[in-house]
Amino acid sequence: MPGDLAGRCAIVGTGQTPYTRGTDRSTLQLQLDAAERAIADAGLTPADIDAVMPNAMSERIAEDFIVELGLPDVAYTSTHHTGGASVLSAVQSACLAVAAGVSRHALVVAGRRGYSAQRVSTSQARPERVTATVGEFEKPYGAIVAAQWFAQSAQRHMHLYGTTEEQLGHVAVGCRRHANLNPRAYMHGRGMTLEDHRRSRMITTPFRLFDCSLETDGAAAVVITSVERAADLPHRPVLVRGIAEGHGDPPTSITQKHDITVLDGLRSAGRRAFRMAGLRPADIDCAQLYDAFTWFVIASLEALGFCGPGEGGPFVEDGRIGPGGALPVNTHGGLLSEAHVSGMNHLVEAVHQLRGTAEPQRLVPGCEHALVSNEGDFFEGSVAILERGGR
Amino acid sequence: MQGRPLPEPSPLTAGFWEAAADGRLVLQRCDACGRHRHYPQHRCPHCREAAWRWAAANGRGRIHSFTVTHHAFHPAWTGRTPYVVATVQLDEGVRVVTDMDEDPAIVRIDAPVEVFFEDTGGGRALPRFRIAGRPASAPADRDGRPAARRGAADTHTTTEGNT
Repeated sequence: MPGDLAGRCAIVGTGQTPYTRGTDRSTLQLQLDAAERAIADAGLTPADIDAVMPNAMSERIAEDFIVELGLPDVAYTSTHHTGGASVLSAVQSACLAVAAGVSRHALVVAGRRGYSAQRVSTSQARPERVTATVGEFEKPYGAIVAAQWFAQSAQRHMHLYGTTEEQLGHVAVGCRRHANLNPRAYMHGRGMTLEDHRRSRMITTPFRLFDCSLETDGAAAVVITSVERAADLPHRPVLVRGIAEGHGDPPTSITQKHDITVLDGLRSAGRRAFRMAGLRPADIDCAQLYDAFTWFVIASLEALGFCGPGEGGPFVEDGRIGPGGALPVNTHGGLLSEAHVSGMNHLVEAVHQLRGTAEPQRLVPGCEHALVSNEGDFFEGSVAILERGGR
Repeated sequence: MQGRPLPEPSPLTAGFWEAAADGRLVLQRCDACGRHRHYPQHRCPHCREAAWRWAAANGRGRIHSFTVTHHAFHPAWTGRTPYVVATVQLDEGVRVVTDMDEDPAIVRIDAPVEVFFEDTGGGRALPRFRIAGRPASAPADRDGRPAARRGAADTHTTTEGNT
């Protein structure tokens, strides 16, 4: 039964490269840097790693890591093809492998050269297989990039529920205020007001520039092992209490969904993850929500049950999701203001909040449970609910 | 100006585009339960029946949602921004995507629309949509845009009563 996986595995190592615009490192080099740091952070050596979960969006394969890191006896690899939802699906896969005894220490890694190579704004992003249908039936009409798919969801959400552009601005500002407390964040030294958001140039209604995630270069990684082995490693373990993925209906286009305003895959994943963890949204002390666009945060709060359908807009007002708010969201700054690392940086941030090793100025006091969400392709979703372990 | 990215039909989808080239909008309809489906797939999403045929759609629907794009993400739209991309809920219950030549200021969710066909050369055509109940549109130029944007007259839209 799914409950058997709850609390069986722990995240014991994290690694990140600097987050930049411009790098002389390849995507693989960035990911190797992050992987080596995560392995060292876990108090392990590459020889201990026997499972590798590469990220499909970066076109790096497990064999790259076996060769470059010198992994002598890899027993398990898997690659997930759900776009931005892939990282936490890979974590689920790692937990299953560890809990089943197939793997002892699993490496999950992601990263991209989102500024120096695969820029979305200049249509350099690599199309995935799942986009073939919209490539045939939507691209001929000028619907070229993800922003245009999801903008239509946001527009209808505004139409049905009265969600406002200013509420989107509250998400952008909340993430930016967190980034201003995070020295790693690409936007660390740059403030943002609601007025700055309102005046940023329109990309595709209702998304302005500051509603869209950053194009940055960087990579991040984590190491996962069993709770028993975690007890012997240097850091306070972070337990995986709930882990799940969910798929949209249909998962091949936004426009054919029963309700284009609902992140249906994330909703399914959230229900499973909360059930596995035996927790409710009210138990969550901070949430790291995949924020490719500001509207995703509003829709994720609804899909995950932090508020009801259509209530996400009012939920994010009045600093509730900002620093010191009732539910701090994206305490690292998110894809919107830290960096776009395919959601891996959300997971790393949750670990640092639960370990208590995030910088003091953005540490959520008494953080016992953190939720991480990933969102990818046409509303695929994945969720991790993490718990501060004992020491 | 570079042309639109054109569809590359598969055996499953070829009938849709062949009909469009003839000025007809067709949809898959299940032989067992009679329901329409789109985008093309082998089995009925409602009853999993594999037998189906192309059925004529009436070419009318309403705007389900839209976005006004201000940034040209493809060279075909360079110099043509802002432009409207809309999702249309057809009377048959499925949705299609279109770009629209209307002034973005008059495009509204729930506005009624009707199909027309744009010749994309080589004996091919794209079904597109425009606001319905308006005078016949001005002749399109080579790129399929009307000679002049039509005004806001006759547009009766509602933004309420949506389910």
